[in-house]
Amino acid sequence: MMDVDVRADGRTLNQLRPLTCSRNLLNRAHGSARWSQGDTAVLAAVFGPKAGTKKGENPEKASIEVIWKPKTGQIGRREKEYEMILRQTLQSICLLTVHPNTTTSIIVQVIGDDGALLSCAINASCVALVDAGIPLKHLAVAICCGLTVGGHVILDPTVLEEQKLKSVLHLVFPNPPLSIHHKTQSLMKDVPIEHGIITSVTRGVMSVPDYEHCLDRGRIACTKISEFVRRNLQSSAREGLAKAT
Amino acid sequence: MTSTEGYKPEPGLAAEIEVEAYRRLFPLQYYERHLAESVRPDSRALGRARDTTIALGPVTSADGSALVKIGDTTVLAAIKLEVMTPSIDSPDVGSVAVDFQMPPICSPVVRPGRPAEVAPVIAKQLSDVIMSSGMINLKELSLISGKAAWMAYLDIYCLNADGSLFDAALLSATAAFSHLQIPLVSLNDDGKLITVSEELKDKAAVEPVNKENRKLTIAVAPFSLTCIVHGKYILADPTSEEESVMDTHVTVVLDSKERLVSLYKAGGAVLLHISVVKDCIMLAKQRMEELSEILRESLSAMEVD
Repeated sequence: MMDVDVRADGRTLNQLRPLTCSRNLLNRAHGSARWSQGDTAVLAAVFGPKAGTKKGENPEKASIEVIWKPKTGQIGRREKEYEMILRQTLQSICLLTVHPNTTTSIIVQVIGDDGALLSCAINASCVALVDAGIPLKHLAVAICCGLTVGGHVILDPTVLEEQKLKSVLHLVFPNPPLSIHHKTQSLMKDVPIEHGIITSVTRGVMSVPDYEHCLDRGRIACTKISEFVRRNLQSSAREGLAKAT
Repeated sequence: MTSTEGYKPEPGLAAEIEVEAYRRLFPLQYYERHLAESVRPDSRALGRARDTTIALGPVTSADGSALVKIGDTTVLAAIKLEVMTPSIDSPDVGSVAVDFQMPPICSPVVRPGRPAEVAPVIAKQLSDVIMSSGMINLKELSLISGKAAWMAYLDIYCLNADGSLFDAALLSATAAFSHLQIPLVSLNDDGKLITVSEELKDKAAVEPVNKENRKLTIAVAPFSLTCIVHGKYILADPTSEEESVMDTHVTVVLDSKERLVSLYKAGGAVLLHISVVKDCIMLAKQRMEELSEILRESLSAMEVD
């Protein structure tokens, strides 16, 4: 019984590792953030919006560019895949029509990898975009779920756990915008926006009900991460105000 | 049908130009007007995939190959086997290396000298799906435990990129593995493995190491379907034009036991209803049955030959 519910590091199945988030660490970047989940840590820096877009991009919209820097060595296929997933995810939360014909670069530096790396990088880049003041539709919150051979769903797995898992999922959900206008609230109709899926990346075989189960668990965990992000952003916003006055 | 409101185009060349101009100037509106009528510009229904053909063995110098066409998307896969020494940790398994190439001929977007951005990403996803789906039993690629095993180089070339590249690439990989014929090898006097050519096969001097098991058993094959979600519409198997106009893509990979191998959606619109995901899975299930039938037919046609 105990073996089923407690993981190697003493966490329960639904327990996340301690989250930390600090912003505005780099003074040359327009925005930066360091996000860590246990021993997985990522530093994201945002430069831009800079004038002009790359060839082949739509000049009527802002373009997002992601550069992935691994902890050691050259970037391989895995990093290229992460770059593309990050770019497409961030593109979908940015208001691209506000700064047409500009490029915003996000540089993601991996500091430590102990599982759930992609989710950690998405969270870090999202906070860095806020720090840089890039106009966003809403925040994106990422969670990594794993499915054990026994069919249990565990959240935020470490590298050791990832190796033993049957399948690993990275899920990204929107963080609902708070609005004082009733108009925006009514726009959401019957389904709250935080129930939506922005990104889903899975590896490993699972049944369709298992996938839905992971979605539900991930969504619940993401509301907790959302609250953490919101608290963090609000507290540093207050600090900023106090300094200015 | 596709001209602007209240304007009736004259029949003939003038009307043709008008529609073509509208398509280029307002691509999204052009598509939305089609979708409202539940039809696509190439006269397909929304949930309908393009005609698919599989030709097995077009590359005679390779050990297994397949040419797959989904509509205009053309993908060629070929497998070359080489003998290697397995690693000490896993002495009785072979290995598979997947590569996906997009030469400049395949699309106007790919420029010479600059490799396509998506090519390494598709290669990575392909190798993830092939390895995690359990399609190939790597133990079947072993020759002599700890001494020799097969290294399968799977090279996939995109000849014409007209959308749903991953679907076509995965189908070609599955077909090429089904077609794979493992060559005969035998030990020579120095204790090295040499391939046995067809003429030498009947001579008693050479004793092949692998007389049986010259085909891989493909227990469960993964099949994939890419869908575009645009508002309430779901378009199966998009062309490259559709992919460039609408940006919410969902790729579902199901295996022949209807298990989910991958559900890939990167960015795009927020999917508010889980029912949309379920609809995509349903379409993928239909497509999986369709594709496994096409693959079975082409395999049995080959055996008749």
